[in-house]
Amino acid sequence: MIDTLPPAVIFILGALIVPFIRGKWKRAYLLLLPVVGFINLVLTPEGTHWTLHLLGYDLVFGQVDKLSLLFGYIFHLIAFICFLYALHVKDDLQHLAGLIYAGSALGVIFAGDLLSFFIFWEMLTVSSVMLIWARRTGASVGAGYRYLLVHAAGGLCLLAGIALHVNQTGSLEFGYIGLSGLGSYLIFFGFGINCAWPLLHPWLTDSYPEATITGTIFLSAFTTKTAVYALARAFPGTGALIWIGAIMTAFPIFYAVIENDLRRVLAYSLINQVGFMVCGIGIGTALAINGAVAHAFNDILFKALLFMSMGAVMYRTGKINGTDLGGLYRTMPFTCICCMVGAASISAFPLFSGFVSKSMIMDAAAMGHMDVIWFVLLFASAGVFHHAGIKIPFFAFFSHDSGMRPKEAPLNMRFAMGIAAFLSVFIGCFPQYSLYRILPFPVHYVPYTFPHVLGQTQLLFFSALAFTLLILSGIYPAEMRAINLDIDWVYRKGGRIFYSLMNWSLNGLNRVSEQVFMKGITGIAARFARDGIARLALLPFVTYWYMKGIRFKRLEIKKASLYYNLAGGVIPAGIGAAMAALFLVIIFLLS
Amino acid sequence: MKVKAPGSESRESSQDSKKYLFDNPRNIKILFAGYYSALGILLILDFFVHKHAHFQWAEWPEFYAVYGLVACVVLVLAAKYVLRPLVKRREDYYD
Repeated sequence: MIDTLPPAVIFILGALIVPFIRGKWKRAYLLLLPVVGFINLVLTPEGTHWTLHLLGYDLVFGQVDKLSLLFGYIFHLIAFICFLYALHVKDDLQHLAGLIYAGSALGVIFAGDLLSFFIFWEMLTVSSVMLIWARRTGASVGAGYRYLLVHAAGGLCLLAGIALHVNQTGSLEFGYIGLSGLGSYLIFFGFGINCAWPLLHPWLTDSYPEATITGTIFLSAFTTKTAVYALARAFPGTGALIWIGAIMTAFPIFYAVIENDLRRVLAYSLINQVGFMVCGIGIGTALAINGAVAHAFNDILFKALLFMSMGAVMYRTGKINGTDLGGLYRTMPFTCICCMVGAASISAFPLFSGFVSKSMIMDAAAMGHMDVIWFVLLFASAGVFHHAGIKIPFFAFFSHDSGMRPKEAPLNMRFAMGIAAFLSVFIGCFPQYSLYRILPFPVHYVPYTFPHVLGQTQLLFFSALAFTLLILSGIYPAEMRAINLDIDWVYRKGGRIFYSLMNWSLNGLNRVSEQVFMKGITGIAARFARDGIARLALLPFVTYWYMKGIRFKRLEIKKASLYYNLAGGVIPAGIGAAMAALFLVIIFLLS
Repeated sequence: MKVKAPGSESRESSQDSKKYLFDNPRNIKILFAGYYSALGILLILDFFVHKHAHFQWAEWPEFYAVYGLVACVVLVLAAKYVLRPLVKRREDYYD
């Protein structure tokens, strides 16, 4: 029996105390919680812990092995950095959501059964959407709803898949699943939505740039990386992932080149980086899986660093569009340097963290003789430097002088960025003493060989040359105040078209029905019920009177008298009795 | 959420006359000179490397340099002349 707690519990229960603490104690508490969690994790040995027997199934809250531990470490680390960065925020909702979000991610990572996995998976969505809504703008509310709907659909898909899978195998255990049968495909697809696969991706680029300044840092770290973990656990070596990943690396960079909102540029580059991980998981060799999860580890740090630097710019200037920014290196040098460290890391410059992980995936593709894939990945490597490596720092901190002279980022933000920047450089310089020690498979990979360093440096420097030449020649597309359509058009405009169509058809049907039934047939029936009998009765009587030679005024008087008597129900008693007798005679004769 | 009034710092200091690093054209010149010489050195170093790549073309001289340059030019031209005309809309398109 061990004395440690499930990592998720520390964060989720810890979150509930936040509203009851005030001031500096709250700030200390927020920073302490990830530290306590981390110590707890370090003390937890590998193996299966915290099993709960429920309804004939075993719920496992602690599937602790090298794969889950790696994600556990980085999630604690980034949670600390995120809370440090968000320390000035006075909004309890965001702190609560952040803690529950991080806790849910840890719950997913250490879940050993599909039921608790699913529950934490759904908690991820519910808690993270609060970080979007907490911005409290119209755009963020809309983006949050779309985010929620897409993830709800993905969650249902996953749930259906889990139900089928458990029914088929009779086991709730969360381990290797592989593609076989409908259930596994549904699970695969459910993971894919959180992983932002091509065509399933627009929830990410739609919502992340609308979240709060500090919320985006949380968002960039957890959702997609838990999906990467889930894929690495359940679908390693699945061939489809190679192509899905390769497409993910390539298509977002075209969007990133023409996008004006710099946080949205980063959102596109997030998809691009996750593509490398997905591709690595698809290749499935020990080197590729090592590369994929190592890249996830590094990406969490450098992507957070880039988002933090843009967040600091946004915090100080209130602006985030490339058209509004420029020249900020003058008064925000520290943020600028951190941003450039993040840019160098994501671009995989030698001595920065991306270099030691991305190249593992590239080499795994090369060893598998995947020519086209390798070319696409190389293209994406050049492209990511182009848009995230150069464009982000250039348009925010250099380029034309926007005239703004904002203050440097607040101290807590600088510390958070500083830690992430330091780690990115440290891992890049000494991978064998840090990252390579915690990878799931033994590492024999040597990133720093002369040809490799030279090749990568050439690739990046000449990508930069392309940027320089295109900027100087004026061909580089100017940043524009515009939006770029993506696949979310299908449900954003398509949803409205569907609504209009339904409005036109169903409400049209409603209107026609009202005309026909409410006003038409009902009216006729009502009129008939009112005086229909009287009018019918007039017919034989008037014919009879006419034949008897009654004309003109006398006829009119007789008609009116009969009509009012019948319609008013005041027929003379004799006629009524005669009619009743006649009725009885007819009945008698017919029976 | 509390966000400090944005832009308040920027206005007060727009008449700031301090010279910063790249306000001096000489520094930009030095930067470019350093950058272009680095490009040259990288091209020369390529001939002194014993390559053992998994693909034949990765061993061609200056492969990475040419690929990086061409890939990025293609990327930008495709984004500017193909993608942008297709997807660009007014900022209030969805409103």
